Amino acid sequence: MSNKNNNSPEKKNRRDFITVATGALAAVGVGAAIWPIINQMNPDSSVKALASIEVDLSSIKEGQETVVLWRGKPVFIRRRTNEQILEAQKVDLKDLKDPEPDSKRVKKAEWLVLIGVCTHLGCVPTFGKGEYGGWFCPCHGSVYDVSGRIRKGPAPLNLEVPNYEFVSDTKIKIG
Amino acid sequence: MTEKNFNSDSEIIKPVHTSKVGGSPFKGVAGWIDNRLPILRIFKYEYLDFQVPKSLNYFWSLGGILMVCLIFLIITGVTLGMHYKPSSSEAFNSVEKIMRDVNFGWLIRYAHMNLASFFFIAVYLHIFRGLYYGSYKEPRQLMWLLGIIIFFMMMATAFLGYTLPWGQMSYWGATVITNLFSAIPVVGKFIVTWLWGDYAVGDSTLNRFYVLHWLIAFGIVGIVVFHVIALHIVGSNNPSGIEPVDTRDTVSFAPYTTSKDLFAMLVFLLIFVLFMMYIPNYLGHPDNYIPANPLVTPAHIVPEWYFLPYYAILRSIPNKLLGVIAMVSSIAMLGLLPWLDLSKVRSSVFRPIWKQFIFLFVLDFFLLMYLGKMPPEGVYVILSRIGLAYWFMFFLIITPLVSIMETPLQMPNSIHEYEDWKKKGKIKTLKIF
Repeated sequence: MSNKNNNSPEKKNRRDFITVATGALAAVGVGAAIWPIINQMNPDSSVKALASIEVDLSSIKEGQETVVLWRGKPVFIRRRTNEQILEAQKVDLKDLKDPEPDSKRVKKAEWLVLIGVCTHLGCVPTFGKGEYGGWFCPCHGSVYDVSGRIRKGPAPLNLEVPNYEFVSDTKIKIG
Repeated sequence: MTEKNFNSDSEIIKPVHTSKVGGSPFKGVAGWIDNRLPILRIFKYEYLDFQVPKSLNYFWSLGGILMVCLIFLIITGVTLGMHYKPSSSEAFNSVEKIMRDVNFGWLIRYAHMNLASFFFIAVYLHIFRGLYYGSYKEPRQLMWLLGIIIFFMMMATAFLGYTLPWGQMSYWGATVITNLFSAIPVVGKFIVTWLWGDYAVGDSTLNRFYVLHWLIAFGIVGIVVFHVIALHIVGSNNPSGIEPVDTRDTVSFAPYTTSKDLFAMLVFLLIFVLFMMYIPNYLGHPDNYIPANPLVTPAHIVPEWYFLPYYAILRSIPNKLLGVIAMVSSIAMLGLLPWLDLSKVRSSVFRPIWKQFIFLFVLDFFLLMYLGKMPPEGVYVILSRIGLAYWFMFFLIITPLVSIMETPLQMPNSIHEYEDWKKKGKIKTLKIF
């Protein structure tokens, strides 16, 4: 039906190049058009800007916990008793699912600061429940110890330690 | 330059029909419309003259019932949307306003809420029908797959809708379900933040969930159209699993099927109205009448009843990623059935061994549903694991094995012979209807 003399190998290569170039440009174009539509769902700068809060610790008694809201998430601040500190320190790292010594999880052994979000599916664990005296997640039964480390249940990781620093002896800044 | 010589004599000239006007079986105005937009003839051929097997039982009314549910859900949903406010500070109060102030708001909301549950009741019976009578087999595989897609979309819509009242269960349900994505290695965390639009479930999450609740609901309508088109190509299966051959095997859709379906719908709607009017909150959780609080997770958090079996599966595995995979694949298994069941016999009426395993599977479903409601500890976890084991064994081992090894019972040659055998008591059928 058509002339066959145009199908030389050289021309085919040039045609291939045009096809690939067109395809590549189209892909870039489609990607550039889709990205804003996808990225609009991410947290914007105003959300990210809610960076830090200061918390006064003086009212927290030994063995008690206070919960503050930071970036929409609860943060546990627990003043541990001496027994609890000793208990957390003497745990054999081989017994842990996510091995981490207690010393790496605190700035001052008395104060434990954690993001109160279960690393399984995001529920808030209940204070003082569970067989390790730390926290118990009511949703799917994860058990954390007095260092916030995962000991039992489906959660894969220890409770996260947020960035924080001591502004004074009785005040911390989270974030 | 030209590669083709368009005007060459070798070009074959063919006529084209860009206008297909004509061919309507109707006259007058109906014919005029139908010649230009053939919806009337589609309705006539596919709903009035349409031939269906005469052996259909009430299980075959569920398709129509589901259609009615979907239409009512959309009507009540659209009207609720006129009063609801999708923001974390206003959502809970706007729902309370609907319940207390909006004219008939209580009725519309209770209808929407309970219809969602009844939609699932009907869809589970619909899926059981397909399972028991082998409706997923050649040539209905694609229709079955479309059905599974609809089922997944239904679950997404139901979940998104449940978050909208912004009560405690809404909030923590949203947190747990969106966190399922965090099980994906490497990118999981970013996906969750992207879904939330924040670092926790919050205002932006609620706003987009409201939009997606609508979007996926209308997406369901689209896939249902495909599901029904496919049905009208492959034809209805029936309790005998034998394809109709001549008019002794069939009845026309109207008035036989339509009147039977109408009766089934009325019975279904009657039960629904009883729930809606007398125990409207029976299938819900009282905790959802407490406004969402990001600092406190309810002591006992459970999903709606229709998600409980999969929730039990999720909790029975002590590893996060594997738990999520098991939960999703437990439902996706249904989609593999057409290729796992190698038996050529469709209906379980003629498959005595497979039939027993289906009933066990149904029992397993209810066992897991019960366990999903129980706390995740002790004997409940062990029972969940047994339930999970049977669930996957049923699909991956029992189904192919039984389909190869089982000897089916003697089958009649046609649907009218099947009906004859049934009258003479030669075959045992489900006596529910």
